[in-house]
Amino acid sequence: MHSSRRSLTSLVLHLHPQSVPASTLRFTLSFGLGGMAATLMGLLFLTGPLLLLLYQPSAEGAYDSVLVLTREVPFGRFARNIHSLSANILAGIVLLHGLRTLFTGAFGPGRRLNWIVGLFLLVLVLAANFTGYLLPWDQLAYWAGTICVNMLGYVPLCGGGLMEFVRGGKEVGPGTLANFFTLHVAILPAVLLVLTAWHFWLVRRAGGLVRSGDGEARLPVKPDLIAREAAAGLTLAACVLLLAIVIDAPLLARANPALSPNPAKAPWYFQGFQEILLHLDPAFAVFVWPVLGAAALVVLPFVPGAALPPGVWFGAKGGWKLAAWSALAGAALAAAVILADEFIPGAASPGAWIMRGLIPTAALAALLGGAYVALTRGGKRSRAQAVMAILTFAFAAMTVCAIVGIWFRGPLMRLTWPFAGGGA
Amino acid sequence: MSKRKNAMTKEPADKTAPDSGRRRFLNRLWALLGLAAAAELCVIGASFLVSRARREDRDKDAAVVIAGTVDQFKPGSVTAIPKGRFFLSRLPDGGFLALSPACTHLGCMVTWDEKQNRFACPCHGSAFSAAGEVLTGPASRPLDYYPTRIENGVVKTDASTALRRSGFEPDQAVRM
Repeated sequence: MHSSRRSLTSLVLHLHPQSVPASTLRFTLSFGLGGMAATLMGLLFLTGPLLLLLYQPSAEGAYDSVLVLTREVPFGRFARNIHSLSANILAGIVLLHGLRTLFTGAFGPGRRLNWIVGLFLLVLVLAANFTGYLLPWDQLAYWAGTICVNMLGYVPLCGGGLMEFVRGGKEVGPGTLANFFTLHVAILPAVLLVLTAWHFWLVRRAGGLVRSGDGEARLPVKPDLIAREAAAGLTLAACVLLLAIVIDAPLLARANPALSPNPAKAPWYFQGFQEILLHLDPAFAVFVWPVLGAAALVVLPFVPGAALPPGVWFGAKGGWKLAAWSALAGAALAAAVILADEFIPGAASPGAWIMRGLIPTAALAALLGGAYVALTRGGKRSRAQAVMAILTFAFAAMTVCAIVGIWFRGPLMRLTWPFAGGGA
Repeated sequence: MSKRKNAMTKEPADKTAPDSGRRRFLNRLWALLGLAAAAELCVIGASFLVSRARREDRDKDAAVVIAGTVDQFKPGSVTAIPKGRFFLSRLPDGGFLALSPACTHLGCMVTWDEKQNRFACPCHGSAFSAAGEVLTGPASRPLDYYPTRIENGVVKTDASTALRRSGFEPDQAVRM
């Protein structure tokens, strides 16, 4: 009779194949990002129920219950910090994981469906993060929730109804909190678990991690892969626990529906988006651009030749140069546009949606299309390299927007120097 | 997954008559029952959500707020009325306009900037004039307003429902 200990290890092993190609064990192929994301999800699923024992999901009780949790409950602050830190790091790791997939060509034939599943997971992770951000019902939560709910109003045709539905009442209040709470503790975790399992299984079905050659040496999962996974996962968990001792999860004053904090900023992973909201007509910032961006990412794996040669970073030995130049160009353009827009008066005329919607959209489309043609025809680059360059360009531009939003916006969201006072 | 499913359904099908009418009928019945169950779940969920909105409607009473007497407000001034959560703007021509402080862009509360003579939104930088018109975007609509009347020199505002407008018209303000 073998003990249950044996069956537990069998379960862990069962998630893995018997052996893996030697080259996929290289840390610098994947940087262990997928495993790290799984580790963080583990921490979240461990600390979440602890918080749930004490949290009160009502507009009147939520803030006080978080205060009790952080001040009076032994290790309450620690558990909350772990939960919040893990969630924030997870958002970053998941973004990097997506970039890794892009740069190593891991979304080509055989992995197309998994790219789509991965995109859904990205959305779910951000949604889980954001709904969690709203639960303390402090000033941060209340106004982030208000802004989010009002954004839905700009969705064409069903916007008004959608807004009412999510708001759960005439004003942001108990109904809104109930909606976000239900999403955060029931619906999103359940879907996340199912999709994560599917995501793993699809990696296995594709023959493990992406690699360049076939028929190479294989190494046994136990101990070669298991030891590496344990090393990465345990190190990360230890780092999160250590950081959770010193970094406190934010908690502002109790929600006050009569007063918005100045400036009122989104969580960091939405700061790029908030920066775009400052410049574009709301219908374009809230609906047109996100839908176009999401559509491009969904369609991407189905475009023949869009994926780089698998298993080699940037597709070839010198491929990083093109990526670096694209990133630089994207960052420079975003910075230039943000600065230039300081001197363009915010149009209040009825034609704002043309000046601040149609024209920027057309200009961006022309720029990206032109860059693609120039790279493939003039620069003799492959389609995959051009696609990589354009996506890198866009990501770098968004990163600059986020950096400006996080550190260079002060009261009334005007441009200032970091730490000039008044910043959040 | 699909492969295994096929294997499972194929096996008994080989033994009996393939794709008999009875089998087809039962399969459709199952699908129909499944759809019915899904529809019931949707109806239950929707009625839960709708009941919440209706309950709130019942609680709401006509909230008429007395802002003060006419001579308390100088022409060309803006006063916050915390009781009704609105700004009472007295236009230079003496008209009263009760403005909702919710920015029409994404719903943050604007504040009145006395020095610059404008409402400013802390979230995305929109600005509005004392009459609520958009001075700088990204907001595209003027601030909403509440119906106001003057009775015996007292300014009364119905702060229950904010009215949308596409621009400032003089008749939105109430005069003596």
